[in-house]
Amino acid sequence: MCLAIPARIVDLRGKQAVVDVDGVQRSIQTDLLTGLQVGDYVIVHAGFAIQKWSEQDVAEYRAIMEEMERLDQGLAPEGTDD
Amino acid sequence: MIDKALQNLRQSMRAIGRPVSLMEVCGTHTMAAFRAGLRTLLPADLQLLSGPGCPVCVTPSAYVDQAVELSLKPGIMIATFGDMVRVPGSRSSLEKSRAQGAEVLVVYSPLDALEAARRNPGRQVVFLGVGFETTAPAVAWSIKTAADEGIPNYLVYSAHKTMPPAMNALLQSGESKVDGFLCPGHVSVIIGSRAYGFIAEGFHVPCVVAGFEPLDMLQAIGMLLRQVEKGQAMVENQYRRSVAPEGNITAQKMLAEVFEPGDAAWRGLGMLPGSGLRIRERYAAHDARIAFSLAGPEMLSPEPPGCRCGDVLRGVCTPLECGLYQKDCTPAHPVGACMVSGEGTCAAYYKYEKQAGQQQ
Ligand code: SF4
Repeated sequence: MCLAIPARIVDLRGKQAVVDVDGVQRSIQTDLLTGLQVGDYVIVHAGFAIQKWSEQDVAEYRAIMEEMERLDQGLAPEGTDD
Repeated sequence: MIDKALQNLRQSMRAIGRPVSLMEVCGTHTMAAFRAGLRTLLPADLQLLSGPGCPVCVTPSAYVDQAVELSLKPGIMIATFGDMVRVPGSRSSLEKSRAQGAEVLVVYSPLDALEAARRNPGRQVVFLGVGFETTAPAVAWSIKTAADEGIPNYLVYSAHKTMPPAMNALLQSGESKVDGFLCPGHVSVIIGSRAYGFIAEGFHVPCVVAGFEPLDMLQAIGMLLRQVEKGQAMVENQYRRSVAPEGNITAQKMLAEVFEPGDAAWRGLGMLPGSGLRIRERYAAHDARIAFSLAGPEMLSPEPPGCRCGDVLRGVCTPLECGLYQKDCTPAHPVGACMVSGEGTCAAYYKYEKQAGQQQ
């Protein structure tokens, strides 16, 4: 239920927003945050933006993911097919 | 970064010089640790225990029984997160209700449930409110919106719970030996890292709020071990990119507008005063509990015979110590809730530790 992936706001009408997560767009509510703008990154849970990420936060996330990819082969345990 | 994190934590383990048990409170952490194979990377004397942070798992059978009964009434449509559909109650499940013709709608968000109510004015749409502080503000919003916009046929049957009372109960009982808590990332987004201060101060147990990527978790484990090594107990925040000390105030306000604390029963932990979220009287028209005279969230119910879900949720045993695990209880035929949910510990073991289980 918890998606810890940053979603980018591509459209914002009142409190309703459309976010883009890796190319997939979905509409969400932003009533649980204030001061959002198009272009902001948010974390979405159960159809609601629950937190905003700064550019720096997104960069930190990307660095972590790159590191994971680099080590993926070495780290992948046997028998996981997720 | 990973090598460094592993190196650090191995060093700490050597300095500590005894076995250490850390509890990951959140079911999503349990799953993430397995998926990334973290458990195989950690030193053998460092144990990761799963805690009471899987919402579906801690919801007692009695709640499922009430939901099942309600689903079979004419004119009712149940809307729920998917995991709840397969959870066995004491006699039946929503899946079985559905086979008997009940309308059970699986949704990803209370927004979808509210929409279903809008589109089906002839039905009473009852959303099963299961989840912690992360989910409850969204549900609060749906109730408030139903009240504001006049959608009388949208109701919520709340079994929402809050995390700190459960952590408090675990420590109070003294039964689970926990050297430190990996605090739930997204519950903390809402309640803030400060909310765990009572654990560090009152119980002298270290707390680190952790993110969900394997590297986040390794770093957080390293931070906990460093505290153990130094004999410290404080709240640290590894997941700064999402969690502020004070949390999300707007969401907290939404929560408090619609819900008030009430007593609630937890599978495994029993009745915990003030650990539940009850719909306030001002929104009583949308409270399924009142509308259909359902039992409250404080009712206790027995576990299925032989199921050790409750012990698993307290970190007292692992699923491998349950006599039914893999034999009578599998994801296809779950006996307890911990085998059903995507965040359940038994389901995680089954999926990722099958081999280990067979060797036992
Ligand atoms: S394996 Fe099944 S029966 Fe055993 S504790 Fe887990 S859910 Fe309960």
